[in-house]
Amino acid sequence: MATTTITKTEKLVGKRIRRREDPRLITGTATYVDDIKMPGMLYAAILRSPHAAAKIRSIDISKAKALKGVHAVFVGEDTKDAGAVPCAASLPGLRVPHHNVLAIDRVYLVGHPVAVVVATDRYIARDGAELIEVDYEVESAVADPEKALAPGAHAVHPQWPDNVAFNFHQEGGDVAKAFAEADVIVKQRIVSQRLIPNSMETRGVVADWRAADRTMNLYTSTQAPHLVRSLVAQILGLEENRFRVVAPEVGGGFGAKIQTYAEEILLAWISMKLQKPVKWIESRRENFTCTIHGRGHVDFYEIAAKRDGTILGIKLKLIQDLGAYFTILTPGIPTLSVLMMPGLYRTPNISADIVGAFTNCSPTDAYRGAGRPEATHGIERMVDMLAAELKMDPAEIRLKNFVRNEEFPFPTATGLVYDTGDYSAPLKKAMDMADYDKLRKEQAEARKQGRYMGIGLCAYGEICAFGPSPATPAGGWESATVKIEPSGQVTVLTGISPHGQGEETTFAQITGDELGVGIDDVLVLHGDTSMVPYGIGTFGSRSTAVGGTALYYALQDLKAKVKKFGAMLLESEDVTLAGGKCTDNKTGKSVGFKEIAAAAYRAMKLPPNTEPGLVATHFWEPSNFTFPFGAHLVVTEVNGETGDVAIKRYIAVDDCGNILNPLIVDGQVHGGVAQGIGQALWEQAVYDDNGQLVTGEFMDYTMPRAHMMPWIESAHTVTPTPVNPLGVKGVGEAGTIGASPAVVNSVVDALSTLGVKHLDMPLTPEKLWKLISAGRQA
Amino acid sequence: MIPQQFEYSAPKTLDEALGLLAEGARPLAGGMSLIPMMKLRLANPEHLVDLGRIKDLSYIREQGTVIHVGATTTHHDVESSPLLRGKCPLLAETASYIGDVQVRNMGTIGGSVAHADPSADYPAALQALEAKIILRGAKSERTVTAEDFFVDTFTTALEPGEIVREVIVPVDGDGTGTSYQKVLQPASGFAIVGVAVRLRKSGDKISMARIGVTGLSNRAFRAKEAEKALEGRTGTPAEIQAVAALVAKGVDANSDLHASADYRLHLATVYAARALAAALGRIA
Ligand SMILES: Cc1cc2nc3c(=O)[nH]c(=O)nc-3n(C[C@H](O)[C@H](O)[C@H](O)COP(=O)(O)OP(=O)(O)OC[C@H]3O[C@@H](n4cnc5c(N)ncnc54)[C@H](O)[C@@H]3O)c2cc1C
Repeated sequence: MATTTITKTEKLVGKRIRRREDPRLITGTATYVDDIKMPGMLYAAILRSPHAAAKIRSIDISKAKALKGVHAVFVGEDTKDAGAVPCAASLPGLRVPHHNVLAIDRVYLVGHPVAVVVATDRYIARDGAELIEVDYEVESAVADPEKALAPGAHAVHPQWPDNVAFNFHQEGGDVAKAFAEADVIVKQRIVSQRLIPNSMETRGVVADWRAADRTMNLYTSTQAPHLVRSLVAQILGLEENRFRVVAPEVGGGFGAKIQTYAEEILLAWISMKLQKPVKWIESRRENFTCTIHGRGHVDFYEIAAKRDGTILGIKLKLIQDLGAYFTILTPGIPTLSVLMMPGLYRTPNISADIVGAFTNCSPTDAYRGAGRPEATHGIERMVDMLAAELKMDPAEIRLKNFVRNEEFPFPTATGLVYDTGDYSAPLKKAMDMADYDKLRKEQAEARKQGRYMGIGLCAYGEICAFGPSPATPAGGWESATVKIEPSGQVTVLTGISPHGQGEETTFAQITGDELGVGIDDVLVLHGDTSMVPYGIGTFGSRSTAVGGTALYYALQDLKAKVKKFGAMLLESEDVTLAGGKCTDNKTGKSVGFKEIAAAAYRAMKLPPNTEPGLVATHFWEPSNFTFPFGAHLVVTEVNGETGDVAIKRYIAVDDCGNILNPLIVDGQVHGGVAQGIGQALWEQAVYDDNGQLVTGEFMDYTMPRAHMMPWIESAHTVTPTPVNPLGVKGVGEAGTIGASPAVVNSVVDALSTLGVKHLDMPLTPEKLWKLISAGRQA
Repeated sequence: MIPQQFEYSAPKTLDEALGLLAEGARPLAGGMSLIPMMKLRLANPEHLVDLGRIKDLSYIREQGTVIHVGATTTHHDVESSPLLRGKCPLLAETASYIGDVQVRNMGTIGGSVAHADPSADYPAALQALEAKIILRGAKSERTVTAEDFFVDTFTTALEPGEIVREVIVPVDGDGTGTSYQKVLQPASGFAIVGVAVRLRKSGDKISMARIGVTGLSNRAFRAKEAEKALEGRTGTPAEIQAVAALVAKGVDANSDLHASADYRLHLATVYAARALAAALGRIA
């Protein structure tokens, strides 16, 4: 039963409060796109290219059209007026391939949509797709970014034979001088392999066009409903105010649902053509091949230092595997890696060159961390290699180079300003938790016994709370509207679009504390453009730091108004709002929240210069990003017989500023660490030389599962950011960013007795076994 | 799952099912291998005969020196059967390594052996147990040894219209020690290599050794050279190492994304040694 009295007993922020969204999720009553059914709804199935590169000579759709139950079949030529899949990132000289919603003339990746069949049910639609005959002239393909850049490689887009989409250069300080003055220079090629984001729910779209009132309703599994609305409306030439996008329950995204995809445009277009609602649900196989991938870096690092370990400068040549075409942020992702190149270290001189390479693969884009895991992996490996070269302890070299507490706000050589930090605190805490000195003794003992025990450190920094609008492609602010209903219950409308992050809970905590009401009196709504004024969405750990701050300021406006009504009812000048009521500070008399809300809407009497009603909206523009940081410490043992890696201890100390709900922060850390360990040990998108995705099923793509996880010892240091009044920095990506370098550093440390200096991910047992057996023979 | 259209029958008797199978229908048991293939439209049967409703096809019964396991007995039932755990622990232990709980609740022994996935677990145990497989057609029934049954990758001695009706395994009394050791393919959970070992001692000498290997090559097989080399020995660590090396000797090993042929051969040796040592240790 809903509570009817508005009361407030305890402070909510900072408590381990269970997620209020969970009951509907775990009882199966949540509504996902595939749960939406409409009268007369049709189903679409998409025929996709089995080849990575081919010319389309002809397409014969006659058999598909003749199948009973098929309403329509469309090919690329039909959809030319549907516009192109959008990319919002821009770089100087960027070559942007035109990406029609269905292929025209040629296909350039396995899974490229070629035709769509619309039928009365999804089985007939799929049968119809199989009846389409496509005559392909198959070409050789290129699926590796380094091979794509080599002379004579197959041109992914014939008009650009070098496969170069862009070159990007950034530098700060004087790198040439730094390298000239260095005592030691360490170089390494480091790969951050291609990964496949796998949310539990694949993508899906229902489009429902109502011609009579020119209204489009688009239900889609997205992280950014307003952006989808603006873009698809523009692409199809529809009126934005009559275009409604709903992100119903979204079963995970991890960055792969920020994009506006071909299917969102296509389904809206089909619904208009056929004047019927149409549904498309992505199969898991389509999800593997056609939804964006992440990472895909080949990095060439050089780090210059003095003999005492002082880092002087870093050079990076970064090859980004872009895939065959762009989605919303594709070419922008590696520029984030460059921004975070210095890590937590003072590093005054940097230079970076990015080459964006086209390949006949799925486009890469934002995947949990988006550019920062790659950067952190690079710097944290290089610092370890530097320590090994200088025979220093990896902890000591880090502590020596950290930005000092008194240096904040700290301008980096890449043009950022780190907000605040105490970078040595998490590292020292992790080392205390591990009893670092004792561990090193245990390691020495293990080595005597011929065992391969490793201790790996990672001190990571990340960039969150995207972000100041000038630094983002689509605006970086966020909005919140708070309504106190006449009953006194509170409704929050937020522009973010949570899909697992738990803001229905944390935002209710913030609201409860600010208005002095209980958590059950607050409802947080999101994900419907007809309900929320506008919003940017959920990604880049921006939801609480930016969206929560917008909410905080909307609440300040509303509190002032509630107090005006309270003062009016109490005939007082000086009132306090707390505990579900307004209290006269002089007389101690009070009036309840419900009575105040009722009075504001009944409006028998109004305070001076005050409108009826209790609604406030705030759009908040942040002045800077936030920069969370932390340290992970991992103890591993590699089995000398088989090469298996056992994670013996996993310690994560994260500083995400103030913690609104420790339970939710734990969840973010655990999930993030799982994904980071996944990259370090198991996950990889493997294409063969013909551009076929070899790991195109869960049978071959190794997703980390619960039984493969170590126990995670999680702790925090708390350094509130001055960028927002909540003091929160963000924790969505922290675990992912910290985990891969910590695990790899640990395994490299374990095998360092064999002369191993670097290992590329994933650290498969076979890879390690080969090194061990070669080392034993030597 | 969006498969092609198919007909579905769920007969209550074996004869009814065999009649439909004789007309070209395909059996459906737990669906744990067939349905994923239908989902990808790699298998497009026109008519499925569900064996799940047939009375008396799921059982585990002791009779003299053998135990009969009906075709539709689930992996879970095998894994948790007190009879098998007591008298044929190798089969129960092997079942416990298959997939995850959901797969073990649905998948059946008949379906697994009929499918003959070269990295399935049961075939290793059935080789080591010298199991017999009863095949039943519309007109007759025949008995095939595990050795003759597994012919090649996804290929068995089953003739069209025949089903696996039953698997017969021996009662392993006192003096026998067994073990199944498996390297999991990290994504699918199938065996990169699985080694099933069954040893008997008389006095301190090993009087019988049976070693079944799966995952290593195109079909599960018995490592007979290794078996012979062990019989008559006591099973010292050095002997175990030497015998384990024979398990992989001369095998034309599979190679894929998850393990090259060399690594598979190496793992077969390591896991054979582990299985041999464990089996020896379990001889009561
Ligand atoms: C996620 C997952 C993980 C798995 N992991 C493992 C693993 O680790 N180890 C392992 O060994 N297996 C594994 N499997 C496969 C599993 O064991 C299957 O249950 C088994 O291979 C098939 O048995 P079934 O009863 O499901 O047969 P079905 O899928 O119904 O049928 C399989 C094939 O056998 C035929 N068939 C079925 N019953 C009979 C019969 N009685 N006579 C003749 N033909 C018949 C069918 O027509 C079909 O061709 C896994 C499966 C999944 C989905």
